[in-house]
Amino acid sequence: MPETSLSNRTIDVYIRRYNPERDARPRWQRFTLAVARGMTVLDGLHRIREEQDPTVVFRYSCRMSVCGSCAMLINGRPALACNTQIADVASERLTLAPLPNFDIIKDLVPDLAPLFQKHRAVQPYIQRADMEEVEKPTGEFYQSPKELERYLQFAYCIKCGSCMAGCPTLAADPEYPGPMPLAQAYRYSADSRDSGFDERKVQAGASHGVFRCHYAGECSNVCPKGVDPARALQLMKRELVLDYLRLRRKRCPASVLRVPGEARRNPDVPAPPPYTV
Amino acid sequence: MRETKYWIWHLAAGVLILFLLGLHMAIMHLDSLFGAWGLNPSGGEAIAWNNVVARSRMAAMIVVYIALLGAALYHGFYGLRTIVFELGIGPALQKAVTVGLWTAGLCLFVLGAIAAIAAGRL
Repeated sequence: MPETSLSNRTIDVYIRRYNPERDARPRWQRFTLAVARGMTVLDGLHRIREEQDPTVVFRYSCRMSVCGSCAMLINGRPALACNTQIADVASERLTLAPLPNFDIIKDLVPDLAPLFQKHRAVQPYIQRADMEEVEKPTGEFYQSPKELERYLQFAYCIKCGSCMAGCPTLAADPEYPGPMPLAQAYRYSADSRDSGFDERKVQAGASHGVFRCHYAGECSNVCPKGVDPARALQLMKRELVLDYLRLRRKRCPASVLRVPGEARRNPDVPAPPPYTV
Repeated sequence: MRETKYWIWHLAAGVLILFLLGLHMAIMHLDSLFGAWGLNPSGGEAIAWNNVVARSRMAAMIVVYIALLGAALYHGFYGLRTIVFELGIGPALQKAVTVGLWTAGLCLFVLGAIAAIAAGRL
């Protein structure tokens, strides 16, 4: 569908340009952009690259707030470029910069490798004694809706790095894992199918771990998916304290729910239609 | 686990400070109320010399002063350690800072505790 112009309005877009191989320091470059109804920041960047400067570099993939690739600093606030409409954030001037607290690869592309290294360090996966069942499942691990609620919102994290960019502790202490990895440490520790808390608490409770969080809450404020990492960190603190005081309830990881082998279809229930693909 | 332990004690010290500092402030500023409890035996201002000496001789107040000193020192030095750690120092320097702060804190605590006990003999 063709874009409909709002009012033939143009805005100034300031993009922070930086090529570490050539530039001594980042600089701002101004572009003029005609804003159309529904135009997202990502659309605007594509328009600038197609019509004004093909050398502007930015990262994107899904264009629908699922992959988290296009997170950047939009008018000084971490957000997804694909999920932010220009009309909502700028009337005359739009500034775009790479996420802070990361090195810059080029222009608007931050180096997210430290984020993923820290994420990997908290062992963000289900750990169980019966890993054979995980690798070659014979059934499903039973989990009640109540157990699911304990971690569900933290599972919506798309690892875009917005929370890491908004974290004041991470800005001061590069050793601090940051909100995303620590929230994921809690997400898996709270999962009733998991028994890996004892491994994760070493990382989460380290000298640069979860206790360095000042509870500024900016991570939750900027999350484009509505996740509340600050809450996860406080819950992780509680788990660590209860574990230290030996008050943390030990639980066996969820058992396997096997499919009944002798089940017969109720004759009153019609059979499903045949597969079409 | 050490960080968890330090943090728990930090919280406990905070709660203790809240209570003991509240008590201290009440004694200092609500002297008309607490004077009746024998905390201002000479009457008048809570900071009058005779009242200060009288309180310093009470075993319960000596315990309160020493507990408040310990809690405040621990709480404050933990906060200072946190600030220093956020400068991104390495593990060896972290250990040195921790040992240094423990040493300084214990020295100040011993000094303050001796002063509080000595004041009981005034």
